Amino acid sequence: MKSISDKLAWLLLPLGAFATAAHADTNDLPGGPAVRQLNLHAAATRIAVEQAWLHWFMLITCIVIFVLVFAVMFYSIWKHRRSRGHKPASFHESVTVEVVWTVIPFLIVIGMALPATKVVVAQKDTSNADLTIKATGYQWKWGYDYLKGEGEGISFLSALDAGHRQMSNDGASGAVPDNYLLQVDNPLVVPVNKKIRIITTANDVIHAWGVPAFGVKQDAIPGFVRDTWFRSEKTGDFYGQCYELCGKEHAYMPIHVKVLSQQDYAAWVQGEQKKMAARADDPNKVWVLDDLAKRGEKVYAANCAACHQPTGKGAGPIKALDGSPVVQDPDKTKEIHVVLNGRAAMPAWKQLSDTDLAAVITYTKNNWSNKTGQIVQPAEVLAQRGK
Amino acid sequence: MSAVLDHPGHHAHDDHHHAPAGWRRWVYATNHKDIGTLYLLFSFTMLMVGGVLALLIRAELFQPGLQLVNPELFNQLTTMHGLIMVFGAIMPAFVGFANWMIPLQIGAPDMAFARMNNFSFWLLIPAGLMLVGSFFMPGGAPAAGWTLYAPLTLQMGPSMDAGIFAMHIMGASSIMGSINIIVTVLNMRAPGMTLMKMPMFCWTWLITAYLLIAVMPVLAGAITMTLTDRHLGTTFFNPAGGGDPVMYQHIFWFFGHPEVYIMILPAFGIISQVVPAFSRKRLFGYASMVYATSSIAILSFIVWAHHMFTTGMPVTGQLFFMYATMLIAVPTAVKIFNWIATMWEGSMTFETPMLWAVGFIFVFTIGGFTGLILAMAPIDIVLQDTYYVVAHFHYVLVAGSLFAMFAGFYYWAPKWTGVMYNERMGQIHFWWSMISFNITFFVMHFLGLAGMPRRYADYPAQFADFNAVATIGAFGFGLAQVFFFFVVVLPMMRGQGEPAPQRPWNDADGKGAEGLEWEVPSPAPFHTFETPPQLDASGNRLLQPQLGGRSH
Repeated sequence: MKSISDKLAWLLLPLGAFATAAHADTNDLPGGPAVRQLNLHAAATRIAVEQAWLHWFMLITCIVIFVLVFAVMFYSIWKHRRSRGHKPASFHESVTVEVVWTVIPFLIVIGMALPATKVVVAQKDTSNADLTIKATGYQWKWGYDYLKGEGEGISFLSALDAGHRQMSNDGASGAVPDNYLLQVDNPLVVPVNKKIRIITTANDVIHAWGVPAFGVKQDAIPGFVRDTWFRSEKTGDFYGQCYELCGKEHAYMPIHVKVLSQQDYAAWVQGEQKKMAARADDPNKVWVLDDLAKRGEKVYAANCAACHQPTGKGAGPIKALDGSPVVQDPDKTKEIHVVLNGRAAMPAWKQLSDTDLAAVITYTKNNWSNKTGQIVQPAEVLAQRGK
Repeated sequence: MSAVLDHPGHHAHDDHHHAPAGWRRWVYATNHKDIGTLYLLFSFTMLMVGGVLALLIRAELFQPGLQLVNPELFNQLTTMHGLIMVFGAIMPAFVGFANWMIPLQIGAPDMAFARMNNFSFWLLIPAGLMLVGSFFMPGGAPAAGWTLYAPLTLQMGPSMDAGIFAMHIMGASSIMGSINIIVTVLNMRAPGMTLMKMPMFCWTWLITAYLLIAVMPVLAGAITMTLTDRHLGTTFFNPAGGGDPVMYQHIFWFFGHPEVYIMILPAFGIISQVVPAFSRKRLFGYASMVYATSSIAILSFIVWAHHMFTTGMPVTGQLFFMYATMLIAVPTAVKIFNWIATMWEGSMTFETPMLWAVGFIFVFTIGGFTGLILAMAPIDIVLQDTYYVVAHFHYVLVAGSLFAMFAGFYYWAPKWTGVMYNERMGQIHFWWSMISFNITFFVMHFLGLAGMPRRYADYPAQFADFNAVATIGAFGFGLAQVFFFFVVVLPMMRGQGEPAPQRPWNDADGKGAEGLEWEVPSPAPFHTFETPPQLDASGNRLLQPQLGGRSH
């Protein structure tokens, strides 16, 4: 909660004029909301065009009916009032009239449902996508995995810019950027004019992935997969937000989709793939013990625990690692050798990456009752290969 | 002299029973008028509490950025505003109207089960205290939205369990109240009052009571499954154990959609009483109104998944629920036309009840149209969980249900209290509420179309202007209700005002309000219709009308 004086100061702020003046310098955000926007976003997809058409159709029809009906009512209020001397009639039922004003609305409603049906069917058809991307909702960010199509294998998290989150906590006083609360660290990048299938799921609670300019929204449900699709016909930046209450940071997990031309997209894919290769296993990276051991714990669980047990105690002919002289040896190359090449019944593990091996070795040297304080860097594992 | 706050009647031959007085009168109340008063006072209190929560929300949303609350508290505010308004304000208020008016309108001495009636009311007090008190529990109040979706509810603290308990209690109260209403209406109508001669307010409550009995147990099921998922190791809604979060939504909305009709049908009933009275003309198409209300009630059971268009249901599902939802527009339109036809060629005056009733028709129709727009699945995909939905349901619940209740209050309170409200003050209340309501909620349609999501503590700066407007309107609207309480309600309860005649809404030639409630004095004596009245052919007047005397 803010301090009392902050609150008081704020409460004393005179009405709307001053408040809006404080943000009078906000501009429309292309691909995002416009200042005092009255209608739907400018459409970037055919589906959004159809939705906008349907909305105008419904709005105009409803306004026309509304005006007609209330013209009758206000006329009656004016004409049929006692102060004008109007005497009340005595009619109080008419089957004909009831039938007419049941059938006509019924026909109008059918007329509305027909164009809508086409769009529903089109929105649900996610077949033959050019690119399939999974969007996973987390508390409180999105994870994108490129599953199929150009860019397959690319994977990253996309979270609200930390500065924006801080700005929110600070009360967003003064000028805020036009993309306030919509800026992310890693936008979703897709090519223009290609059918993108978005598979949604979640890691914890229900979220929803939606981008108004595309006319898409799909709940992201933990334990389930749903899908939707869009084909953006415009390049540019498009923004959306999380559309299902998901906890305290619900307002702080935006969506930013960057639609690029085919060439720019291909270039981006290449760049990402290089980055991922680099991130994956930099053999020259110098690790900190805690980080490496944490990673090692995962490697251990996936590869070693089956035989050496999670307790590190082994069983029967399988040696215990907890208290093992090889593991506790001040000469790190001893354990590196065993793990790389195997020994007796223990297979070789040279197929694991240098980083994974370094991690698991470091983990064994600093877990259970082993407290060597030793750290094995990936470079040291690399150095022992082939020896 | 007010029947509400004063001790009950001093009729010459009524002293064979000891009229209750003091706190016992209220705690042990079995009189439908007293219980009606209790319900109305409780619901008005909850309206104020829920209103304060709303003003806190709007105060935070006045500008972008967090100024007053952190996001966890904000989510608690939105959740409890919804729960308190739905279960604490709107529903009990309509039960209050039912208690006061149904026995009077059908010529019955009281409700069928007078003691169960007492229990139904007093259950609400601990439930209400639990709901409001949940803010002070560790972790604060529930913060999963009034819809309490799983699996977010599994992350909530102990107040979630308190909230579930409170809702169980309120559900039990509603079910018992509904049983009472059905049995009373079906069994205790005065001789000659067939169902098709019964006032529309009784019809709408009869139908509403069946809806309540059908769906409150379903809500109980959903929240109990949530409770066991939270504490007993079940995984109904937890995918880690093979459960399905979407199933929660199906169960909740199977309750939830009929629930919103439960909250509007009695409002329709009130309007159907007020409009004919001030048009000096019988309700047009009574039978059609009964059928339309019944159709709405039946249809309300098959449209629930229009709240779930974005959950990923197959095409057939989307189409079915879209068609069924759009269909409900037809009987609703029929009702609007019938009200206008009642006004047509009438001889109208516009005292405060009529202002509210006409205002209701106007603003509720706006809410109805936005509902029709939301029913279109392709449009709903874009508008789901945005402020467009918030605008829609506030139009139908506030401008709908609440305005109808104000119409009913101004219409019937002279009968309840024996004094007239100040007409000028009533008009001020109406116009002030009407204007500030529209300022608050109309701009939310724009926010929704522009994509602003619901339940957001902070928002992109482009949404700032309309949020500021909505906040100003909201404070205005809240103040109007405080004005209402101090300037209209309190004086009436204290008996301050012009004494109300037995028939405040009839001309010298008798034209105007109809119904057995106008056959008894103002204020209505503590006991009325102790012996069944003899009715004329229309079923709505005594055969030998009494003026100013007591009923027997």
